[in-house]
Amino acid sequence: MWQALFEELSDTNFLPIAVAFDSRGVEAARPWIEAAKSTYPSLIDENHRVAALYNMVNVPQAVWIDENGVIVRPTETAGSSDGFRKLDRTTGKMPPEEVAASKERKAAYLEALRDWARNGSKSKYVLSAKEAESRTKTVTPEQATGNAYFRLGEHLVRTGRVEQGQGYLDEAKRLRPESWAFKRQAWNLEHEQKASGPEFWSAVEALGDEHYYEPPQL
Amino acid sequence: MATLLIEDRVISVPQARADGENLWVPLADMHGTGWELKPEGACRGEACYPLPFGKEAEFVEAGAFNLGRFAAYLGQPVVHDDESGTWAFGESADDQNEALRSLQAPEFGLPDLDGRVHNLSDYRGRKIFLVSWASW
Repeated sequence: MWQALFEELSDTNFLPIAVAFDSRGVEAARPWIEAAKSTYPSLIDENHRVAALYNMVNVPQAVWIDENGVIVRPTETAGSSDGFRKLDRTTGKMPPEEVAASKERKAAYLEALRDWARNGSKSKYVLSAKEAESRTKTVTPEQATGNAYFRLGEHLVRTGRVEQGQGYLDEAKRLRPESWAFKRQAWNLEHEQKASGPEFWSAVEALGDEHYYEPPQL
Repeated sequence: MATLLIEDRVISVPQARADGENLWVPLADMHGTGWELKPEGACRGEACYPLPFGKEAEFVEAGAFNLGRFAAYLGQPVVHDDESGTWAFGESADDQNEALRSLQAPEFGLPDLDGRVHNLSDYRGRKIFLVSWASW
C-alpha cells in the first residue's frame, strides 16, 4: 500500500514500517505481504504489541517518528476515511462522489507524508511537542485492563483453548469498545470471514454519526 | 505451573504457585519475568520499587515472590485464567500515559515473514512512518 510512495521518496530517509495486527500469525499476513512486494520492513504482530504501546485501536493508523526516535505525529488514521460506509453491499459499488472524496482525503495524507519526508522538522505537518502531547490519546485503567484481557484471550485461542480465550476477548471488547482491532481480530479468530461479515456492518451502522476512521487533523 | 504473558513474551514457570490473586514465583525463576528482587526492592531495569513497609511478608515468602500481588500493587492490570494457569500482566495506565506523553517512541522488536526480528531502534536516523494494517 505504501510501496509507491516509498519508491518516490527513495532519495530521502523516509521509511515505512508496516505492522500487521494478526493473531493468526505469519501465514495470515503472508499472501498480502508477498503481493505488495514491499521493500520496506513488513512485520507481523501476533499479540498486537504495537497497538498496546502506541494506543492504536484500528487499522490503518500511523505514528510519525523522527530521526531521533521522537514522535512528531501521534497515532492517527493513515489515509483511510469513512467513504466505505456508503458502499452498496448488494452491488459492491460506491457512489462516484464518495470514491472521489475518499481519493482526495488519501491524497492529502500522502502529500503530508511527502512534505515531511522532504522538509523534516520544517514541515508544517510536524507538530510541536506541546501539540503532539495534547493530541496523544491516553488510556484509562479500564482500557489498560482491556489490553491485558486481549493478551490473555489471544494467547489462549492460539494455544487451543478457544472457548476460554474468546471469553477473555469478549471482556477486552467490553472494556475497549472503541477498539475495532479487538472486535475484528476476535471475530477473525472465530472464523476468518467474520471480521467483515454482517456483525461488522451492524457494528459500523451502530456508530451513527460517529466516525469509523477519525479524520486526521492535517 | 504457570504461564506468564509479560509484554510480548511467554514465560513458563513450572514451580509457580497460584492462589486467588497471588502468584508466587520462585526467586530462582524471577529473571525470566524481567523483575529482580534486590535489597532496595523489586526492580525492573533501572526502576526499583520498595516493598510496602511492614507488609514484606505478603510479597516474599519461602524463596518465592508474589508477582501477582506486587503487579496489582503497582497498579498494573493482572488478569488470569486459572484453569490453564495463564497470567497476563499489562502496563498501568499511569505508566503507559507517561510513556505516551514523553513522545519518545516506545521500542519493540517484531519478526518479518522470514522470522528475522526488526527492532524499531535499528532504524534510528530515518523518518519512520509506523503504520498498522491487518489481513482481517
